[in-house]
Amino acid sequence: MIAADLYTALPEIVLALFAMAALMVGVYGGKDKLAEPILWATAALMVMLALFVGSKGLETRDAFNGMYLSDAFSHFSKMVILLSAAVVMVMGQSYMVARGLLRFEYPILIALSVVGMMLMVSSGDLIALYMGLELQSLALYVVATMNRDSVRSTEAGLKYFILGALASGLLLYGASLTYGYAGTTLFAGIISTISEDGMSIGLLMGLAFMLAGLAFKVSAVPFHMWTPDVYEGAPTPVTAFFSTAPKVAAMALIARVVHEAFGVVPGDWSQIIAFLAVASMFVGAIAAIGQRDIKRLMAYSSISHMGFALVGLAAGTAQGVQGMLVYLAIYVTMNIGVFAFILTMSRDGKAVTDIDSLRQYSNAEPLRALALLVLMFSLAGVPPLVGFFGKFYVLWAAVQAGLTWLAVAGVIASVIGAFYYLRIVYYMYFGEETDPLDRVAAPVQGTLLVVSAAIMVLGVINLFGIEGLAALAAEALVN
Amino acid sequence: MVGLEHYLTVAAALFVIGIFGIFLNRKNIIIILMSIELILLSVNINLVAFSSFLNDLVGQVFTMFILTVAAAEAAIGLAILVCFFRNRGTIDVEDVNVMKG
Repeated sequence: MIAADLYTALPEIVLALFAMAALMVGVYGGKDKLAEPILWATAALMVMLALFVGSKGLETRDAFNGMYLSDAFSHFSKMVILLSAAVVMVMGQSYMVARGLLRFEYPILIALSVVGMMLMVSSGDLIALYMGLELQSLALYVVATMNRDSVRSTEAGLKYFILGALASGLLLYGASLTYGYAGTTLFAGIISTISEDGMSIGLLMGLAFMLAGLAFKVSAVPFHMWTPDVYEGAPTPVTAFFSTAPKVAAMALIARVVHEAFGVVPGDWSQIIAFLAVASMFVGAIAAIGQRDIKRLMAYSSISHMGFALVGLAAGTAQGVQGMLVYLAIYVTMNIGVFAFILTMSRDGKAVTDIDSLRQYSNAEPLRALALLVLMFSLAGVPPLVGFFGKFYVLWAAVQAGLTWLAVAGVIASVIGAFYYLRIVYYMYFGEETDPLDRVAAPVQGTLLVVSAAIMVLGVINLFGIEGLAALAAEALVN
Repeated sequence: MVGLEHYLTVAAALFVIGIFGIFLNRKNIIIILMSIELILLSVNINLVAFSSFLNDLVGQVFTMFILTVAAAEAAIGLAILVCFFRNRGTIDVEDVNVMKG
């Protein structure tokens, strides 16, 4: 029995043991000299684990008396998390080396936070949910403060820590109420209590508090205050990481909680999620207009994108979950491309992030400017690029579920949001000349930027079959 | 007779005090850390009260996990605070303003 349980949770166990072993090797074997080998080993292990998780396919099992669930939904989310974490780590490596930030703890902390994320998407119990979330968050607080001699980085870490801890507190308070009124912490037990005795007021309070806590983690409005500051202050590779894997994990966790534990009363939570979605889409789109710093701009962009992903969840159907998963996979791909570009932005050898420095970039680097143009159009959701299909899937799911007003609001928000993406394109092609950016070789980042843009164009044929996989994953969650 | 509702009331009061402690406090970041601790402890009271009321041990197991995580969280919070203090030379809440958000 225990052997089967351990085998089911093998990917997490392997990654956790690897992180601990790497910590020992790092501490006793030469500290920061070993940072690069550890980073490569971590990335390679993550890719292998992603393939292993993917090979499990549609297999559904649970372990540890239902506390850990392994199904198509968790496999899909884990593959996105593992692959994006590995790519982001490799992508930021040269940036961190150049600025003396690559300490051997960095890949280990990333690995630990990825273990937390994998536990989150596989959790079948409130305790497992909380432990996964905290493992992820505690590692991320430290990673945000990675540049410990910089005021901005430490301030970003401090703000992230305080608001993140507050979010955990809200989530826990909700979890305690849910436990008290359902009599169990297992999602399967909670849902059977609800279907027998109905939704009591205590459970409703618990659900609302838990959603508030989780909304912090996906930076949904009105719990988004930390996002711009943390994105701006943290080192750019860390920001790139924040905007990809943790968002996927937290979003998948929300889907898991609402469907697995509260799936029989969709009316109660879809209103809350619809409100979060509308507020996020509009605040993200409008507040980004005044931003001059591209990292802050990407922060508001990610708030807005999380709003769209929540639209799919608000639909409360398998189609909505499928749309959400497709949207997240596309969003992660686009963000990797854009952050690969931001990592190359420098002037006189110093990293710069103001969007004015992009003026006339197309003259200096026509290929990269073109790739960034494609990504910006895709982020804005301009057809026929892949970004448009992501939006189309979630909005269509909302229409099918009878939430036409939500879909209309989404279309309006995406039109408003298009303004600031297109402004970047305008600066690159038609802006007045100012101090140009340095011309840097950056083979890894340049390749990722172009590949990500190529995916946005080539994916229109069949989205690389991702919507079929997402549909199977959604089926496993919503039954 | 002290019943479940009394415990829940105390926990709710502590929880609200903790939340207000974070938002109304204009002085010192250490007070914010204390408020976070207060929130977590109020949750623990809730869980233990429910656990006793339901005759179910899971709530107390959950409490043990929360206590452990809270210790780790406080350690990380203080470590970040020390880093911040080294760079900025102050831990006043009003001085956490290099970036406006």
